[in-house]
Amino acid sequence: MSKNIAIKVENLSKAYQLGQIGTGTISRDLERWYARIRGKEDPFLRIGESNNQNTKSESDVVWSLKDINFEIEQGDAVGIIGRNGAGKSTLLKILSKVTAPTTGKISGKGRIASLLEVGTGFHPELSGRENIFLNGAILGMRKKEIQRKLDEIVDFAGIERYLDTPVKRYSSGMYVRLAFAVAAHLESEMLIVDEVLAVGDAEFQKKCLGKMGEVSKGEGRTVLFVSHNMDAVLNLCKSGIVLKDGLLDFLGGATSSVRHYQSHNLNTICNWKSTRKLTNPHFSFLKCSISGKQPELTLTIDFKTNSTSKHPNAFAVFGIKGSLGGTIMEAIPELQPYIKFEGQETSYRCEIKLNRFIPGPYSIYAWLGVSESENCDWLDDVLHFEIFDAPMDNRTFPYAARTGFQVAESKLTSMIPHD
Amino acid sequence: MIKEEQQWTIEAKSSLFDLKLHEVWAYRDLLVLLVRRDFVSFYKQTILGPLWFFIQPLFTTIIFTFIFGNLAGISTDGLPKPLFYMAGITAWNYFADCLTKTSSVFRDNAGIFGKVYFPRLIMPLSIVVSNLVRFGVQMLLFLILLAYYYFSGANFNISWAICLFPVIVILMALLGLGAGMIISAMTTKYRDLAFLISFGVQLLMYATTVIYPLSEAIKKYPEYAWIIKYNPMTPIIETFRYGFLGEGSFSWFSLGYATIVTIVLLLIGTVVFNKVERNFVDTV
Repeated sequence: MSKNIAIKVENLSKAYQLGQIGTGTISRDLERWYARIRGKEDPFLRIGESNNQNTKSESDVVWSLKDINFEIEQGDAVGIIGRNGAGKSTLLKILSKVTAPTTGKISGKGRIASLLEVGTGFHPELSGRENIFLNGAILGMRKKEIQRKLDEIVDFAGIERYLDTPVKRYSSGMYVRLAFAVAAHLESEMLIVDEVLAVGDAEFQKKCLGKMGEVSKGEGRTVLFVSHNMDAVLNLCKSGIVLKDGLLDFLGGATSSVRHYQSHNLNTICNWKSTRKLTNPHFSFLKCSISGKQPELTLTIDFKTNSTSKHPNAFAVFGIKGSLGGTIMEAIPELQPYIKFEGQETSYRCEIKLNRFIPGPYSIYAWLGVSESENCDWLDDVLHFEIFDAPMDNRTFPYAARTGFQVAESKLTSMIPHD
Repeated sequence: MIKEEQQWTIEAKSSLFDLKLHEVWAYRDLLVLLVRRDFVSFYKQTILGPLWFFIQPLFTTIIFTFIFGNLAGISTDGLPKPLFYMAGITAWNYFADCLTKTSSVFRDNAGIFGKVYFPRLIMPLSIVVSNLVRFGVQMLLFLILLAYYYFSGANFNISWAICLFPVIVILMALLGLGAGMIISAMTTKYRDLAFLISFGVQLLMYATTVIYPLSEAIKKYPEYAWIIKYNPMTPIIETFRYGFLGEGSFSWFSLGYATIVTIVLLLIGTVVFNKVERNFVDTV
């Protein structure tokens, strides 16, 4: 291992079992064991499947991480980004030795302080001071080390008055501040942080980011940071790792990682397979994907219809619903070509232009009918997509569902009075 | 700032006998703090505080004296009944607490274990040491009772075997720890054993010489007494009684047997515990 490499990850994979653990596992364990003594590979770990959570797979073992390889240099601040379920937290868990990998190897040097959760091991009955010592010791500090840092920790958390009060009397903000303060003051070569900044007020979040920046830039310690907050990643990190469905999707500088993530994660592709009792005529296949970049997104819906008998000409309507459940907009494609039913499956594609949507989850309903009063098929919440991009470039205004799902295009001109 | 630059690797498979004892040593401050936490949090917001440690053995002794001593009339080798029972209860409680608490260590600490790494062995060790504090308090109660009977001229005498007291305490602790770790490792995946343990410990108490002397069991049921005899807790409690009260079946052979069982269980327990610890977060 070269001198500047703080951590090296080779062929790292982690498999999890889906479904219930406990019932029926004893027979599987026996089967596994039998395969092992015969020198065969594990019958329940199938190679080559990625962890796409939307599709159903035959095997109920899932690869949360698959063949991950990377190196991190000493003093680097690395942002780990990816959608929910991409394997970020699993990676951090393995790095902080909470769970062991299924295959692969990680080597590194120095002590790791990991902050997968704030306040792990805090005991509500103990005072702030007692909890500082306990939590510090859980994180691997010696008692005298904590003693030396006590003033600094208390000062950072801003809880001096409450130091000898049981932490169960603390406000949740104070609790989090104290917990972060302990972890941030641990003398480690590497700091691992998992989205703890989602809690606490804006001022404290800024303080935490400041402290983490100080840790990586000022003290030359390595920082691994998982976040969905792209601004925080851009602010804090020099390089980035993008995970997607358990695979390493992109590795590079922070800016290019964030860009890669944002451009590729618009494409939420959902397939829908019918399991219901079929009406006649009906949708037999639906799939959607998103392409383009805000403010010009195109939602493409591929669908198939089927009917066992001949039917009059029909048309399809797609509606988009926001996270609050109400319909935001409905797309009524032009009538021509009509959807024809001639006793066979027919494929269609509908392209819908979306203008400046706020980031968040959306769902689609699909309707098939002959006239307004004559429904053939109606599927509510059948497809889902999520938008991660901000509706406008360089604006990270906090968008909220209550202020509307679409952002109007607007322009400001200053009106200078003429002389 | 950082003195030692230790190298480490995380691998999918680890050696069965890599017990990471040096890591346990490095985290010794945590052990002390955990013990302190257990002790302090036990009596926070109570009026009687540590006095609660007294109440359970005291009442158990009274009830045992009435039921087994007076009602059932089981012999106590001629010793004062409360003294006889309390000797058994004090020792048994320590072992039973170590065993039951250690056996549920993974489930009780799943929250912490799932979020931060420290040598997991610290947890069962802290349980054993925490219970030692409790055991100490109960020993104090026993000694007070002993002194009371001594000065009121009861018929017992303290023997040389009292010098074995530290050995007995260590044996009880390690036996509870070893057996507890084996059970804890088995219960992470299959919870069945967890149901067994609480009443299993009760049953085990009756197979140990807590409420009767070994000599009585051999006299009444010579063909089944081997169950009691080969229970490793029996020689420990018998030695304890022999040391403090001068009555009991003491032999170097049976104490040696208990020591060997303890060491074997402890070794198996530590190895199994370390193996399970690596992945238990995924299955608990």
